[in-house]
Amino acid sequence: MRCLRMLVRILVLLYLAGAPALAQTLCQPNASNGYRVRISIKTALGNQAYEWNENEMFLFRATMAFAMRRYYKTETYNVDNIIVCNQTRRVSFWFVVISPENPTMLIPKADVEKAVSMSRHRINNAFLLTDRTLEFLGIYPTLAEPVNPDTPPWLIVFGVVIGAVFAGIIALLVSSLLQKRRKEKGMMEDGQDEEDRQMKGVENGINLDGIYNRGFTDDDRFTKL
Amino acid sequence: MKNKLPNPGLDDRIPSHQELERMEKEEAGDRPKWDNKTQYMLTCVGFCVGLGNVWRFPYLCQSHGGGAFMIPFLILLVLEGIPLLHLEFAIGQRLRSGSVGVWTAINPYLTGVGIASLLVSFLVGMYYNTIIAWVMWYFFNSFQNPLPWSQCPVNANLTDLVSECARSSPVDYFWYRDTLNTSTSIGDSGGLQWWMVLCLLCAWLLLYVCCLRGIETTGKAVYVTSTLPYVVLTIFLIRGLTLKGSLDGIKFLFTPDLNELMNPSTWLDAGAQVFYSFSLAFGGLISFSSYNSVHNNCEQDAVIISIINGFTSVYAATVIYSIIGFRATERFDDCLEGNILALLNAFSLAEGNITEGNYAESLQNLNGTFPETIQSLDLKTCDLQTFLSQGVEGTGLAFIVFTEAITKMPVSPLWSILFFIMLFCLGLSTMFGSIEGTVVPLQDLNIFPKRWPKEAITGIVCLVSFIIALIFAQSSGNYWLALFDSFAGSIPLLVIAFCEMIAVVYIYGIDRFNKDIEFMIGHKPNLFWQVTWRFVSPLIVLVIFVFYFVTKVSSNVTYIAWNPSSEDFPTLEVLEYPAWIYVIIFILAGVPSLVVPGTAMFKLIRRCCSNKNVYGAEVDTVSAKVQMFTTKT
Repeated sequence: MRCLRMLVRILVLLYLAGAPALAQTLCQPNASNGYRVRISIKTALGNQAYEWNENEMFLFRATMAFAMRRYYKTETYNVDNIIVCNQTRRVSFWFVVISPENPTMLIPKADVEKAVSMSRHRINNAFLLTDRTLEFLGIYPTLAEPVNPDTPPWLIVFGVVIGAVFAGIIALLVSSLLQKRRKEKGMMEDGQDEEDRQMKGVENGINLDGIYNRGFTDDDRFTKL
Repeated sequence: MKNKLPNPGLDDRIPSHQELERMEKEEAGDRPKWDNKTQYMLTCVGFCVGLGNVWRFPYLCQSHGGGAFMIPFLILLVLEGIPLLHLEFAIGQRLRSGSVGVWTAINPYLTGVGIASLLVSFLVGMYYNTIIAWVMWYFFNSFQNPLPWSQCPVNANLTDLVSECARSSPVDYFWYRDTLNTSTSIGDSGGLQWWMVLCLLCAWLLLYVCCLRGIETTGKAVYVTSTLPYVVLTIFLIRGLTLKGSLDGIKFLFTPDLNELMNPSTWLDAGAQVFYSFSLAFGGLISFSSYNSVHNNCEQDAVIISIINGFTSVYAATVIYSIIGFRATERFDDCLEGNILALLNAFSLAEGNITEGNYAESLQNLNGTFPETIQSLDLKTCDLQTFLSQGVEGTGLAFIVFTEAITKMPVSPLWSILFFIMLFCLGLSTMFGSIEGTVVPLQDLNIFPKRWPKEAITGIVCLVSFIIALIFAQSSGNYWLALFDSFAGSIPLLVIAFCEMIAVVYIYGIDRFNKDIEFMIGHKPNLFWQVTWRFVSPLIVLVIFVFYFVTKVSSNVTYIAWNPSSEDFPTLEVLEYPAWIYVIIFILAGVPSLVVPGTAMFKLIRRCCSNKNVYGAEVDTVSAKVQMFTTKT
């Protein structure tokens, strides 16, 4: 009995020791089911850049587990299911996702991609980064849908300007017309003065339309008898 | 000097000095008058200062040796610009008529000069207002954030950016596709673009409302349109100087390269720029000047306006190049950043290992150890001078280069709105002169019945211009506009200016002209004016005309087109004009120029055939009012 228990303990210890090693072999650069991640913290945050360390890596693994949970709508995924390897100073690394039920099985690439795309916004925000500074090489960010307002904004401004212009034209034309009518009335009332003015040689009696007669100015030279 | 061509009957056709005095005192209310001197000066400044000061002069300056270009520019300004301006002002003020009236009064056979001015004003006005329509389109689109030309649109299935845009740039795409929807050649008309038609309608209506009553309305409008550009330029200068790289742009603009002075094309371009910049030979300046009082000091006006025009050119060039310097620096920084990122990614180095400072030596080290990797990265060469010398002129400067620079500034919509308001004011104030140069000769020629009010005639001119200008609203409109720009507004103006000077100096008589100026402003024009009017200015205009004509005729006439399927896309494709375009070119450049001798010939034939002496009239009635002469020969 005691021997059996010790054997079980040894086997468990071996398994616990061996599992990470097993997992490590699953994560390799250019692994068929893995993705490379590249992070540019200084580019994104400049002076307020934080340092990338083990804690940040833990956060990454936790966020990825969250993404997998969200995608599959289960609660089986955990931080241990995300394996990371080959970290460089750039900061870039590879990661793979292993299935919680079967530790030797990797989640296929397509599913990981869908899970990441679904929660991309949340992942970015967890690190204060953007699509450009937290890159999953091979997963392209979906482009934002264009905002299509009902009326294009330029038509609105155009409408305002054209309305003002029309109002201006009508106002000026009407005032010209009124001026003309007033002058005509004035002409009829003092026809006597007109004759005197003509004798003096100043010619403006023909100016019936109330606007400046821009015709060739040979009309104002008379012979005096 | 007594060399003057015989010109009988001149005294009968023009008011004498006593009559001028009388008209001045009794204030015969026929002719419109300026409300005050400021209106007149602002209108003339507005007419002279136009889009060319903003987008042609800076380009010429930068491409012809920077600060060294000032030398030929200023010399020709003094020898060519100021004398011609003084001449037009003085003759308009003296003979108190628009262009057709003035030249007909000097000699009835010279009516053709006035008609040529009319045609040129009409043709240039048509395409110039289309540029204003484009400016308005951009202005309408500036009221949104982010600006529509700051990013590429996404394609139909939201997978990627539109290919045409991704291969060129968002500003190029917005200009060539969203605005113009340009076709690939001038022959391919592509139909009317409804948004362009709307903008064109808006532009012509706005012009009509400002020109409705002649100088009564334009005189009020110029208080805004002539002063606002200076305010905006100053705002942009202050904004520009606070941006990174602006001083590099200004330094690049003004760095003199004195070798360019040996190049004859520098002098030719300077002369042409001075000539076109002053809006001479359009007839508008003669018209504006004729509304002045007889004793207005036109000599002083000519000098002041020339100085203002020259100063505005230099000022605008400074502002433009400060912004271009900023854009070039941004492009350079982006290019360098892209290269640094590529290097960091390829060699997995930590961020901050390679910076702008140690880029060159880091690249050298890496190239030494891993040359194949560096080769495979295909790094771009980033050179600030190259970016700065991507000098553009014309619509490319305003609608592509400058709009791109604006998208990189914070609060972009504000700068965009300001910039396009400035361009709009610059263009509109020049259009006032164009309309004046079209409407007044039409009235002088009595094409419309005299009863018709000015509003109607201006309306008809605007309507006809709008209808013909619809060719510019097609897909190929941009190419048509470039055609009009090259031919309608170049050769005929030189011909008209040359004829104007010959007419005043040798047909009207320089002695009589000197006496007129002495009567008007109190002293005779000094030796400088005598020499320039008689020899120097006509010679300069003749030389420019000959060179222009020879260059245009001898070279293959080509144009550049935007063709997304061409090999060098996004570089514009160089195409040759189809054969039928030469007919259009002849109509644009040939007809106004040939109208000058044509009208003279026509009148000669008519006179010979009718065999009447129409220069005198007999007084055989005792009515109080008898026409002493007629100009309707």
